[in-house]
Amino acid sequence: MKTLQQLQEIRDKEKIRMSIRENTGECVLTTVKKSVLICGGTGCVSGSSKITRDEFKARLKDHNLENEIEVIFVGCFGLCAKGPIVIIYPEGTFYEHVFPKDVGEIVDTHLVGGQVVKRLENKEAYDDGRNKPLFETQFYKAQQRICLKNCGHIDPENIDEYIAMDGYLAYPKCVKEMTPEGVIDVIKASNLRGRGGGGFPTGRKWEVTAKAKGDQKYIVCNADEGDPGAFMDRSILEGDPHSVIESMMIAGYACGATMGYVYIRAEYPIAVQRLLMALHQAREYGILGKNAMGLGHEFDIEVRLGAGAFVCGESSALVTSIEGHRGEPRQKPPNLAVEGLWGKPTALNNVETLANIPQIILNGADWYSSIGSPGNTGTKVFALGGKIVNTGLVEIPMGTTLRTVIEDIGGGCMNGKKFKAAQTGGPSGGCIPAELIDTPIDFDSLTEIGSMMGSGGLIVMDEDNCMVDIAKFFLDFTVEESCGKCTPCRIGNKRLFEILTRISEGKGEMKDIDEMLELSEYIKRDSLCGLGKTAPNPVISTIQYFKDEFIAHIKDKKCPAGVCTALLQYIIDKEKCIGCTLCIRKCPVDAIKGELKKPETFEVIQEKCIKCGACEPACKFKAILKV
Amino acid sequence: MSAFVDTVEQKEQLDAVLSDLKVVKGSLMIAMQKAQEIYGYLPKEIQERIAENLSFPLEKVYGIATFYSQFHIHKPGKYKVGICMGTACYVRGADLLLKRVEEITGILAGQTSENGLYTVEATRCIGCCGLAPLITVGEEVFGNINADDVNRIMENYKE
Repeated sequence: MKTLQQLQEIRDKEKIRMSIRENTGECVLTTVKKSVLICGGTGCVSGSSKITRDEFKARLKDHNLENEIEVIFVGCFGLCAKGPIVIIYPEGTFYEHVFPKDVGEIVDTHLVGGQVVKRLENKEAYDDGRNKPLFETQFYKAQQRICLKNCGHIDPENIDEYIAMDGYLAYPKCVKEMTPEGVIDVIKASNLRGRGGGGFPTGRKWEVTAKAKGDQKYIVCNADEGDPGAFMDRSILEGDPHSVIESMMIAGYACGATMGYVYIRAEYPIAVQRLLMALHQAREYGILGKNAMGLGHEFDIEVRLGAGAFVCGESSALVTSIEGHRGEPRQKPPNLAVEGLWGKPTALNNVETLANIPQIILNGADWYSSIGSPGNTGTKVFALGGKIVNTGLVEIPMGTTLRTVIEDIGGGCMNGKKFKAAQTGGPSGGCIPAELIDTPIDFDSLTEIGSMMGSGGLIVMDEDNCMVDIAKFFLDFTVEESCGKCTPCRIGNKRLFEILTRISEGKGEMKDIDEMLELSEYIKRDSLCGLGKTAPNPVISTIQYFKDEFIAHIKDKKCPAGVCTALLQYIIDKEKCIGCTLCIRKCPVDAIKGELKKPETFEVIQEKCIKCGACEPACKFKAILKV
Repeated sequence: MSAFVDTVEQKEQLDAVLSDLKVVKGSLMIAMQKAQEIYGYLPKEIQERIAENLSFPLEKVYGIATFYSQFHIHKPGKYKVGICMGTACYVRGADLLLKRVEEITGILAGQTSENGLYTVEATRCIGCCGLAPLITVGEEVFGNINADDVNRIMENYKE
């Protein structure tokens, strides 16, 4: 067990070693002269960054440089579109798309030879003959990193690096200087709201749990991030697992709980492994366990793996699942804070919510509530995905407009296409159309326009995406993931899906639109849990903003974006056709006829065409048109 | 289908897991997850053994096995081919990848080929949205691909 004094010594020593990564030009060189930071987030690991890391280590050893140049596997840098990413400090050279085959060149040319490998350097990060600090580049400029402060900066598998970043300072501050009520007051004053989607004030949740009667209380961390296209919580656990552990300890102190559970998706193997490793290190240091940090309180954490059920992101279903049952939600009230896990008072918070806590304790409620807007304080992490140039993980102050996120940070739509809509809140949320691009992103503004903050997936769609198809996509998801406990959700959403399918096949009627809206109201009103209550949102919001697309499908039997295959036709532009017959040879069902070198004879036989699309890219003269 | 037979080591591993878990609160799902790690799936025989050892009715075990999508009650194919159907992948054309995988393997999502070579799954978001659209084969991830790349990738998983 380490004493607080020993932890402070580690902090001081590690701070000096890590100052090399500050990118300010001022650092104390210890035996370590250079730092090679390699992204070890899931996205980059899928791009072989683990092999890249091993290759770096092996090559540096060959050059006898393994003590002078450290190779650190860090969490997500955020700019996934450029991954796998490698950054070399103290110079701050930002290399993009680095694969194992490139390592030799970087080691020989840069680390040994002192010359930057131009072909791999991120063009924007190098300006006027100097390396721009990351936070000055377009992608990072408008961001403010609080939850992601340590992601991409520290080695998540080394507790000492977390300690160096003022880690495990907030918990002793709470226990030594504050009462449990005092901690809750600070969180309340910070106005922190739950980042899992609901936006419930965290301080109030803790207060109810603290006041509830129970011989045992629990802290549960919801890391069951099931929202498709969202990976914020995973990135935090992969890049900075100790921040979540410390927050749960603080929550335990504030609420009077001695035991915590992290319920995490089994689909996140790297996050699970890093969390387990972090827990092990924290126990070894005496930070977790009986008499945690020697401060007289007990707290320990167990990890429970989810098994692939979206509904388990709902708090009562999650708790039921930890108890070892089918993850079905229960009637509320009583709320979990009064009667939660095994019937005991339970404070359940999402990963990102928790990641804010140590910063609030260390920097104060006033600091935190000065960020964002009143009622919507702090920052929010978004997973930016879809048809956007800079796919990745971004953290922005609340109230930043959608335009800033999409145009400035995201770099606009891919291939110069026109921005059509952004989808937030996943299967529970809605679409924000292009005309509302100046909407500030916060809990209240998004709810007002019929979407919701959700957990933080932000999917960008362009003119090639069909909104009827998107609504159908989400309903397909909900139908599959509904636990089946209550009828409006189980059957109602199925009916919505069927109507949407009919419309996308050109068999819709105008009355379908009103019927869907009416049915949606019933489902929202009569479902028990959040999944059912929000499931129709994608339908309602697409009808609200893209009604003309629904009408085009129903009345004109056309899909304006050219997505719904049943409504498509392939035809031949006889002006462009030269009669080469390549399309005839490509067609798997002999649906194209025509004589060699006689374009006027070419025709798609619509009754035979299965709309597989094989002919379109085959034609070198762009004579196959999709209408 | 041949009858289920397990090896001595597998049986010993499962016995050890079950005896450890007898004292743990809410242990049923953990037991099932560990059992699936050992066997790759949860055949009826294993569900029965878990039920018996942890004193739960078999229908409770079966109920959980069929509720959560991660549990498999049928033996999966040698290659698990997953097509990520998260929103980011979907808007970038993941359905075209799925269609191609289905064509190549001759089975639909959720099925296992008769020769035991492939199991095709339309998976939930795996969170590599920067690589969208993508497919996975076992632990390997192939990102930023189109349908023709799928043919190339699947060439390596033919036997």
